[in-house]
Amino acid sequence: MIRISLALGAIAAVAVVFAAQAASAEDDPKFKDTARLYDTYCAQCHGLNRNGKGVNTVGLSVQPRDHSDAAAMASLPRDQMVRAIRDGGASVNKSALMPPWSSVFTDAQIEQMADYLGHVCKCGKTNQEK
Amino acid sequence: MRPAAILAAALSLFAAGPAAAQGAADLKGQCGGCHALEKPADPTVARLWSRKGPDLWYAGAKFNRDWLVAWLQKPTPIRPGGVLWFAHAKAGEPRDTLDTAGVPPHPAVDAAAAARLADALMALKGDGVVAPGAFKAEGANLTMGKMAFSKLRGCVACHQEKPGEGGLSGPRLYDGGQRLQPDYVLAYTKDPQAFDRFVWMPRLGLSEPDLQRITAYIASLKAGQ
Repeated sequence: MIRISLALGAIAAVAVVFAAQAASAEDDPKFKDTARLYDTYCAQCHGLNRNGKGVNTVGLSVQPRDHSDAAAMASLPRDQMVRAIRDGGASVNKSALMPPWSSVFTDAQIEQMADYLGHVCKCGKTNQEK
Repeated sequence: MRPAAILAAALSLFAAGPAAAQGAADLKGQCGGCHALEKPADPTVARLWSRKGPDLWYAGAKFNRDWLVAWLQKPTPIRPGGVLWFAHAKAGEPRDTLDTAGVPPHPAVDAAAAARLADALMALKGDGVVAPGAFKAEGANLTMGKMAFSKLRGCVACHQEKPGEGGLSGPRLYDGGQRLQPDYVLAYTKDPQAFDRFVWMPRLGLSEPDLQRITAYIASLKAGQ
């Protein structure tokens, strides 16, 4: 029983750390403008918590990418991420439910969004590191 | 002002009629506080966050008058989360939800006022942003239109094509045939950024056949039928 309690305690502690990390990602002034853009254009499908559980998923046949999933996001090449944002999901053989955002975002904003996604998942490479 | 110009202005007002002048005044007084009745000179993302209602500067090219008259008397939410879905969204499991009860109700008016406001709205043509006659009704393939809307082009991600079917952040489209003029649907779908540089519907770069069939499908959607 004690072991189970300890294990649960450890899980809870890890959860608190992750929650704190998610909050700090939102609060980082470097990403303030990009987080606002995410809230404006992306969170409707990708979720308020960037977990792929946005309000629109009630009508989606394909689950949007969970941007908080470090393992899955780490395996996603940056150029594929940039192309998906700019030209839509279909351009990278993913769902057409993800539209192209080049009419709204500038190229620089798309690069900043890719940086931001790396920050959200704590797994990304910045434009300089790629 | 020269006498001839004054006379011309007076004649123009007379021609439009006192009812039209009253309608325009009512529109400005009753609707202008929440809706942009003129094209915003400096669109920004911040404006989208602060506005209280959708822009109406192209309402005369967008809406069907009969729908406007009925809706203004008995308004129902067109966007489940209001004009800014984010303001009423709550994180949760298995997904985020909208607090629809928190969306402020739109004021209702009586039949006479609704007709007057509808006439005033129909006079707002939107500076040519909608090309009249762009939608060609003949030869529309509704099956292909539905396929494009629901699957191939992803419209359903944000818009409901039936009550309870489709995304919630965008305006419902299951009454699109009653509410919207097809030429507007085509123009907006073709280039939403021509209406607002920062609006959250992106330009999909659709082909002309796709635009025609999606418009035909939306024009066929009628609530309660």
